[in-house]
Amino acid sequence: MSVLVDKNSRVVVQGMTGSEGSFHAEQMINYGTNVVAGVTPGKGDQKHLDRPVFNTVADAVEQEEADTSIIFVPPAFAADAITESAFAGIEVIICISEGIPVQDMVKAKQVVRSHGATLIGPNCPGVITPGEAKVGIMPGNIFESGSIGLISRSGTLTYEAVDQITKEGLGQSTAIGIGGDPIIGTNHTDAVKLFDEDPDTEAIVLIGEIGGTAEEEAAEYIQNNVDKPVAAFIAGSTAPPGRRMGHAGAIISGGTGTAEAKKKALRNAGVAVAESPAEIGKTLKSIL
Amino acid sequence: MKIHEYQAKEIFEDYGVAVPKGKVADSTEHAVKIAKEMKSEGADLFVVKAQIHAGGRGKGRTKKNNASGVILCESVEEVQEAASNLLGDVLVTKQTGEEGKEVNQIYVTEGVDIEEELYLGILMDRARERNVLMASTEGGMNIEEVAEETPEKIVKEWVEPGMDLMHNQARHIAFALGLSGDAFKKAVKFIMSLYDAFEDTDASLIEINPLILTPDQEVYALDAKMSFDDNALGRHPDIEKMRDESEIDPMELEASKHDLNYIKLDGNVGCMVNGAGLAMATMDMIKLSGGEPANFLDVGGGANVDTVKNGFRIILDDPNVEAILINIFGGIVRCDRVANGVLEAVKDPEIADKVEDVPIIVRLQGTNAEEGKKLIDESDLNVISAVLLKDAAEEVNNVVA
Repeated sequence: MSVLVDKNSRVVVQGMTGSEGSFHAEQMINYGTNVVAGVTPGKGDQKHLDRPVFNTVADAVEQEEADTSIIFVPPAFAADAITESAFAGIEVIICISEGIPVQDMVKAKQVVRSHGATLIGPNCPGVITPGEAKVGIMPGNIFESGSIGLISRSGTLTYEAVDQITKEGLGQSTAIGIGGDPIIGTNHTDAVKLFDEDPDTEAIVLIGEIGGTAEEEAAEYIQNNVDKPVAAFIAGSTAPPGRRMGHAGAIISGGTGTAEAKKKALRNAGVAVAESPAEIGKTLKSIL
Repeated sequence: MKIHEYQAKEIFEDYGVAVPKGKVADSTEHAVKIAKEMKSEGADLFVVKAQIHAGGRGKGRTKKNNASGVILCESVEEVQEAASNLLGDVLVTKQTGEEGKEVNQIYVTEGVDIEEELYLGILMDRARERNVLMASTEGGMNIEEVAEETPEKIVKEWVEPGMDLMHNQARHIAFALGLSGDAFKKAVKFIMSLYDAFEDTDASLIEINPLILTPDQEVYALDAKMSFDDNALGRHPDIEKMRDESEIDPMELEASKHDLNYIKLDGNVGCMVNGAGLAMATMDMIKLSGGEPANFLDVGGGANVDTVKNGFRIILDDPNVEAILINIFGGIVRCDRVANGVLEAVKDPEIADKVEDVPIIVRLQGTNAEEGKKLIDESDLNVISAVLLKDAAEEVNNVVA
C-alpha cells in the first residue's frame, strides 16, 4: 500500500531530546507514527515524549525493535549518525539535517550501501505514507491517502505539489523528499523504481531542480522500464549558471544541470512535464 | 567559498605542491619591493597577476588603463608600471560580466620558461558520487571545450570512497600526460600532494590550468583555482579567514548576516519565498507571467516579522524592482502569522516609503491560508492577496503588463 514507511514502521528518532528533534517527534506521534524510541548519547536512562531514550541506536534496535530511523542531529555529526544507524541494522534511515559536508556523505553513503540499508536525504523533509506514518517534518494535514507516488528534491515545493494533487481529488501512496544535496542516499531513479514496483501506486510525480544529472538518469530509466504514467516539474529555468540556489546541489556548472536539459530528457521519455509550478496537479490529472 | 590564486598557492606550498615563487601585494611600492627581492635572488623575469575571483584574466582588460590582468615584466620598472596600472582599476573578463571587478591585490611571481602546458583538476563527480581527478595534455585551453571537442584528450581517475588516491592512479595520470624520467617522478609527487590538499581542506574544486613542465623538467602549478565546500568551513577556521568579502555582492553579504539566502538577478519582480525549491519555482513562474525575477530569496522556515522586514529592505535596495511577490507555503508556520508579519513590515516607515509605488502580491497557502488572506484583504494597505499559485501568477502579470 506504500513504499519505505507504513503503520508497521518502528521509528527511532536520533536527536530526539534536541529542540528540533523534540518538536518534530511530537508532531510525528500526533500524526500516528509508531515512534518507539529516541537516541541521545549520554541520556540513555531518560524518557522523552513518553518514549524510552537510549544511548545508542543499537540499544533501540535491540530493546524496541526499531527498523526505521530519523535523524535530527547537527550537520557536523549527522554523517556519524547515519553510519550509526547503518551499523545497528536499521533498514530505512531518513536524514533531515541540512549542511553536511559533502566528503562526509561520500563516505557515509558507502557505509549505508555496504550494510544494505536505504538512506533518504540528507537535507530533506522526510517520507510520509498518508494515514499511516509520517517520518519527516512535512505538514501532515495537506496529504491524503491515495495512489500517487511523489518524489521531490525540495520541501515547500513538495507541499505545493501535494496541495495541487490533493485538490485534483488525488491522494498519495507515499511522498518521498529525497533531499537537495549533491550526494543523497536515494536518488530520483531509485525512488521511481520503488514506486514502479509498488502495486498500489498508479502514477508517479517527479519534482526536480537544476544541478547534476539525476533527473536525466531517471528519464532514461523511465523510458526503458516504467509503464505507469509519470508527470514532472523541474524548478530553476530562470536560475543563473554558476550560482548555488539555496540547496547545496542546485547549481548549473560547466553547462550541465540546466532545467531545459532535464525537461527535454523527461519529455523524450514520455513524461508529462508541467512548464509552470502552478500546473503540476493539472498536468498529472491530464495523463490519468 | 572561492579564494584567490595566491591563497590557493599558499595552501599548495603547505602541502609540498610546487609553485613558482611569488608574493601578494596591495600597493605599487610593495610590488616593487617584492620584485627587487626576487631580482636579488636571481630572477630576471616577473609576472604580475590581478587577484580577482574570476577566470580569463590574461585575456581581460581593465576599464581605465586597458591593462591585461596578467602582465609579463622584464624589469623591476615594468613591474612598477604593471602594478600601478592594475591596482584600483576594474578588470573585465569573460567571467566578470560588464561591470568587472576592482583589483585590490596583485600577485608578483617569478617568470618561468614553459616547455609544455598541461591541465589538472580535482572535483566531486556527482553522478559517480566520488572525487575525480581530470588531466589533459591540452593545458591553457578551456577544459570544457576540450571535453566537448576532443574528450579522448582528457583522462580521469576516480578515488574510491573512504580511500586515499592510490599511487597507481597518480602514475596513470603522469604517464597519460606524456611525462617521463625526473618530470614523471615530480608529477606523481605533485598529484599525490595535491589530492592530500583537496581532501584535507574539504575543497570542492582545484583547477590548475596550466600545469607546466619547464625545460629543466620541473613541474609547477602556474595558475591555481580553488574553492571549498561551504558546509565544511566550520571545521576549517584557517580557510574561513581567507574569505574576501569585497568579492561578494554587498546585498548578498547583508542578507547572509540575517540568515537569508539571497542572490541578486537583473529582473523587475522581486520575490520572497520559504524554501529553496519553491523559491526557484516562483522565479520561473514570474518569468512565465511576463516578468523577470529580480532575485532569489529563501527566507527559510520561520517567516516572521523580522525576516520579512529584512527581506523587504534587501529586495527594495534594487532600483529595478517594480513589484514584489511573497510566496509562502505554510506548514508548521501558520499563514495568518505570516500575513500579520507582512502587514507589520509594510507599516515600518522605512519600508512603507519605498513600497508606495511597488505593488506587493502575497500568496499564502497551507495551514490557515484563508485566515491569512482575510487579514490582508481587510487591511487598508497596498497589498494584493492570493491563495492559489495560478492566481498569484495572474496578479504578477497584471502588475507588470
